[in-house]
Amino acid sequence: MMKSIKTWILVGFASLLLVACGQGGGGSGSKKSKTLDNTKKAGFVKCGVSQGLPGFSNADASGNWSGIDVDVCRAVAAAVLGDADKVKYTPLSAAERFTALTSGEIDVLARNTTWTLSRDADIGLTFVGVNFYDGQGFMVRKNSGINSVNDFKDGISACTNTGTTTELNMRDFFNSKNIKYEPIAFEKADEVVQAYDAGRCDTYTTDKSGLAAQRTKLSAPDDHKVLPETISKEPLGPVVRQGDSVWEDIVRWSLNTMIEAEEYGVNSSNASSLKESDNPAIKRLVGAEGELGAAFGLDNDWSLRIIEQVGNYGESYKKHIADTGILPNRGPNELWTKGGILYVPPAR
Amino acid sequence: MNLKKLNIENKKIRDFIPQALTVLALISVIFYFATNAQINMGNRGISFGFGFLSQEASFDIAFSLIEFDGSYSYGRAFLVGLLNTILVSIIGIFLATILGVIVGVARLSSNYLIAKTAEWYVEIFRNIPLILQIFFWYFAALRALPPPENAINFYDISFLTIKGWYIPKFVWINFDIFCYSLILAFISIYFLNRFAKKQREEFGKILPTVTLSLGILISIPLLSFLLLGVSLSFNYPELKQLSETSYTYDNGVSIIPELIALALALSMYTATFIAENVRAGVMGVGKGQKEAAASIGLNKGQILRLVVMPQALRIIIPPTTNQYLNLTKNSSLAAAIAYPDMVLVFAKTALMQTGRAIEIISITMLTYLSLSISISIFMNWYNKKMAIKEK
Repeated sequence: MMKSIKTWILVGFASLLLVACGQGGGGSGSKKSKTLDNTKKAGFVKCGVSQGLPGFSNADASGNWSGIDVDVCRAVAAAVLGDADKVKYTPLSAAERFTALTSGEIDVLARNTTWTLSRDADIGLTFVGVNFYDGQGFMVRKNSGINSVNDFKDGISACTNTGTTTELNMRDFFNSKNIKYEPIAFEKADEVVQAYDAGRCDTYTTDKSGLAAQRTKLSAPDDHKVLPETISKEPLGPVVRQGDSVWEDIVRWSLNTMIEAEEYGVNSSNASSLKESDNPAIKRLVGAEGELGAAFGLDNDWSLRIIEQVGNYGESYKKHIADTGILPNRGPNELWTKGGILYVPPAR
Repeated sequence: MNLKKLNIENKKIRDFIPQALTVLALISVIFYFATNAQINMGNRGISFGFGFLSQEASFDIAFSLIEFDGSYSYGRAFLVGLLNTILVSIIGIFLATILGVIVGVARLSSNYLIAKTAEWYVEIFRNIPLILQIFFWYFAALRALPPPENAINFYDISFLTIKGWYIPKFVWINFDIFCYSLILAFISIYFLNRFAKKQREEFGKILPTVTLSLGILISIPLLSFLLLGVSLSFNYPELKQLSETSYTYDNGVSIIPELIALALALSMYTATFIAENVRAGVMGVGKGQKEAAASIGLNKGQILRLVVMPQALRIIIPPTTNQYLNLTKNSSLAAAIAYPDMVLVFAKTALMQTGRAIEIISITMLTYLSLSISISIFMNWYNKKMAIKEK
């Protein structure tokens, strides 16, 4: 009998001990990057992407991911691990994405996510930049005779995705126009497309790039058009967890490198030959001058690998967005030197 | 002080210690997870609190039983979602029960065609995953419905379209008086039935209670219309043009297709299980019971009502309670087809807008738990009422 009571007392102590020890876990604020160490140990970058948005992150029939968001993940992998293919993609719904990031299931979220104050400041996230300047628009049927948002009337039903800034912008827009509307918010984009296609709603609203991409999934894409108005600013960009500033910098400058490379005319085919360039900015970009990588604990060829393996921003845009017919015109996503608003701080 | 009482050999203490330690261990584990979550959230700069519930929601909801728009709070949005969940559960439970009883009885029919049809219904609908049935009713059935301009017209009163089922809006004057008259009618019916029972048991007189009850139910509210100034008029839905090719209905009340599809899918699915419960219940009553009832001169209806059903119900109720609980919980699949239930409005949209995952998921889980427990308590009460009272 005594023995069994001893066992019980032991169990009690063990559980108390468990409580005492359960104080660990979590990231670190010091100079060393826990995320970088873990990524190197694992041998791949854990990247969260969409469940399928052509041009941004989309998997083909054999499961290979591509898109401009995917290229951000690939750039980080090229910089950190030396191989752009060493990425583990996790497709996430809009509702899951932030929790997956804050809980550590993924380390980079590149999922056409709008940068807003509350997201940046409130929920343990940090936005590192913008890889696509988007804006919310409306798609309608061509034969409806609606040519502008001013043709919308009371009672219109609008389909959209739930849990996105789209839902909030839609309200702001219809309220400001004093139009009564019926918001039908689905969890997944595919269901929005189906419902709109079936005639459940009169208009489909989301980011314009998304509208252009989803239009291809409709049964008769040519019967639909996107209205000219843009009702919101949607700067989409990669996100990391708050609290690991080294990792944050790596992701930020991986993206900046791609944009800077385009600015200096460095691309995947000419990058290695430019090591002998006369322009110090280009030399820094391809790792022939300076010790920029050391600041993140990376070697000096990190940026060269990004440009060689992934390409510069222009190449990425052309391949995934322009050549696929989603948005042939770069609009605001053109370099600042060519009339767009892509402008990154100098890499020096 | 009696030392013997504190001795470990004392049976009471011996029994108590393991239980106390188990409770302690359980509390420790919960405490461990709570602190761990707290520390990790702290490290990642996530705060914890329920203050967000009073913040402005700033998103709209398509279908709401109470007044709501984006200027109301997240707390109110939660309430809208909760009411929508309760609404679809009540409609689902109501339809599933009726359909389940009919199919269950039909399976026992001696008519080959009826019995086989019921059997096929049960086998097909209970063996297809519910989420597929929801998609079927939403997308397949939805696509089959016409646009508003070609609506399925029920006598110009009600219109079924792809955008919803438009019914007339009830415009009441003195609605409260009408309500009181209904309550009065129900009370009268209750006393009438008590009186009729007494008459039957003491004098063997059988009163036509059904006819009388119906009479009361119609006449008292009717009197309120004629004498007390209650009046009811209808706002009929009217076709309204939105653009060159698209239309909608105005003025009436719209029952959104998401609600119809979800309620249909939930009730068709759950009805199969209830049908089997009913069949089991009726078959569980011994043949001798019916023969005995027939031998004392009860007719077929009386046998079913007075002898078979009271005994069958004892078998039917407990598993059917489970089905009611399942239906309520399954209604959380609503998010897939954009029916704004608690999960879609609160655990998805509000969670996304606020990022308060732990708080919102805990609230949602607790609410489902309370809903389920309420249904359980009600059904256990009903079960006790129906159970055989041992004398």
